[in-house]
This record gives sequence, structure tokens and C-alpha cells, in this order.
Amino acid sequence: MFDVGLGHYLTLGAIIFTIGLIGIFLNRKNVIVLLMSIELILLAVNINLVSFSIFINDLSGQIFTLFILTVAAAEAAIGLAIIVVYFRNSGTIRVEEIEKLKG
Amino acid sequence: MIAHAIFFYLFSFIAIISAIMVTAARNTVHSVFFLILDFISISCLFIMIGAEFLGMIMLIVYVGAVAVLFLFVVMMLNVAQQKNQWFSSVKSSSHIPIGLLVSLVIFVELIVVVGGWKYKPDLLNSSTILIDKNISNTHSLGNVLYTDYVHLFQLSGMILLVAMIGAIVLTFRERLGVKKQSYIRQISRERKDGVQLVNVPNNKGVKIDV
Repeated sequence: MFDVGLGHYLTLGAIIFTIGLIGIFLNRKNVIVLLMSIELILLAVNINLVSFSIFINDLSGQIFTLFILTVAAAEAAIGLAIIVVYFRNSGTIRVEEIEKLKG
Repeated sequence: MIAHAIFFYLFSFIAIISAIMVTAARNTVHSVFFLILDFISISCLFIMIGAEFLGMIMLIVYVGAVAVLFLFVVMMLNVAQQKNQWFSSVKSSSHIPIGLLVSLVIFVELIVVVGGWKYKPDLLNSSTILIDKNISNTHSLGNVLYTDYVHLFQLSGMILLVAMIGAIVLTFRERLGVKKQSYIRQISRERKDGVQLVNVPNNKGVKIDV
């Protein structure tokens, strides 16, 4: 219980990953919350990489975390730009009402 | 060791609760606030576990840039009034049991993998870049990042550049009816475009149609 090891951190990563996944599956709100759930999933991956890096005593995991951070920032910027353009064109970003591609 | 455990449970509890609140909060602005809280507690965990540089970078990049960008967009699009209605429409509520089931299965699989997983003994010796305890975390990351991973580092810079250009191109729109200076037209303007010499007859005047 009080001996916090690798398993604790991996469990924390799994819990946050699952919460992000549920947020994507069950989202009925707007697309911004969906993007935030993706950020949560990337955060869980970062937790896994950093804890493995510390407990195996290998620095590569932290390097990879830096790159994931970069990609997450780029993805957030592009996604939010797409959302802004969509909102300007159609006036809504609710998930249910985005059905322009539905043929 | 006890203190480490207490702080781990505190920070991870805050992180999990705020992660739940990100997806469940009724107001989108509150979701962004809880996202910031989540990032801060996870970066506290990183600093506690010994990855100080990544914890600080998480604070700068996630809290300082990404979450503020989210907040900016949420407030600009004025979607805060759209309240969260999870199970509002009948049409979409058929996804909910399957979604919950799939998420639960994925969670159980992750826990089973973590719980039933044992180190191979040679895994600990197979690491390629060992962490040197004598120099600081930032120093050792810099030693590796600018030598072995320099191409990936530059590539991630290119990714950021492409993201910046993409965001500008996507959100750019040309406004009509706004007075702007056009240097090309100013420079390429010639004398005959602006000046007209008129021979004025005596006592008749000249009719100028503007």
C-alpha cells in the first residue's frame, strides 16, 4: 500500500486513459470537450512513458514524452482552428448537429 | 517512503477527480479549468518522481499554451451557454451502453496487463541511455536530445511550424469592404492614371464629370 511502485503509476495512467476514452465515446456536448479528452489520453500515455523511464532507469521515455508533448500542442492548435472555421460556417459545434458528411 | 505514498495518492486522486470532471462538467469553461488542474497535478507527480524538466515543460506547454488556447476558443465561440446534456437525445443514447462496455473492457485489459506483468530480469540491464544520477535531469536530457535525437528534435520543430501555418491558413479570411493599402498599386501607378491635361476654351469653362 505505502510502497508506491511502477504498478501504481501504470494504474493511474490506465484510469485516466479510460476516462478520456469514455469522454470521447459518450460525448454529446461540443467538439472542444472531445479534443480535451484526446489531451487526457495523451497525458495518460505520458504518465506511462515517464514512469517506465524512471523505474527502468532509461532516459528514452522522457525524450519520447517531449515529442508527444510537441505533437499534442500541434494537434490542439490545428483542431481548434478547424473548430473555429466550422463554427464560423455552420454556427454550431454540437456533436449531434455535425452531420454535413452524412451524404 | 510514507510521505511519497501520501503525496502520490493525493496528486493522483486530484488528477482522477479532475479528469472525471473534464468530461462530466456541464459548463465547457469549467471543463477547461479542471483540465488545467489535471495537468498541474500530473506535473507535480512528474516532479515528485524525478522528471523535473518534463514536469516544468508540462506546466509551460500544457497549462500555459494548450489549456489557455482551449479557454480562448471556448470563450470566443461563446459555447459556454450550451449546457452539457449527456443523455439528451434518444437517437444517440443507443451508443451509450456499447461505449461504456468497450471502455470497461479496455480498462480491465489494461489493469490485467499491469497486474500480471513481471519484469524480465534482463530488461533492467537492456536500457540504452542510462540515467546518470550525478547530473541533473535537465542536463542529462539535453545531453541526449541534442546529440542522438537531434534529427527528431528538428523534425518536431517542423511539425510545430506546419501546425502554425496550418492554423493561420485555416482561420484566415479575406474581408471585403475594408480599406487597405496596396503597395503594388501605389508603386505601379503612373502619371497618366492620375493627371489629365485639359485645354480650356475661352469663356466656356470645362465640364468635369467626377
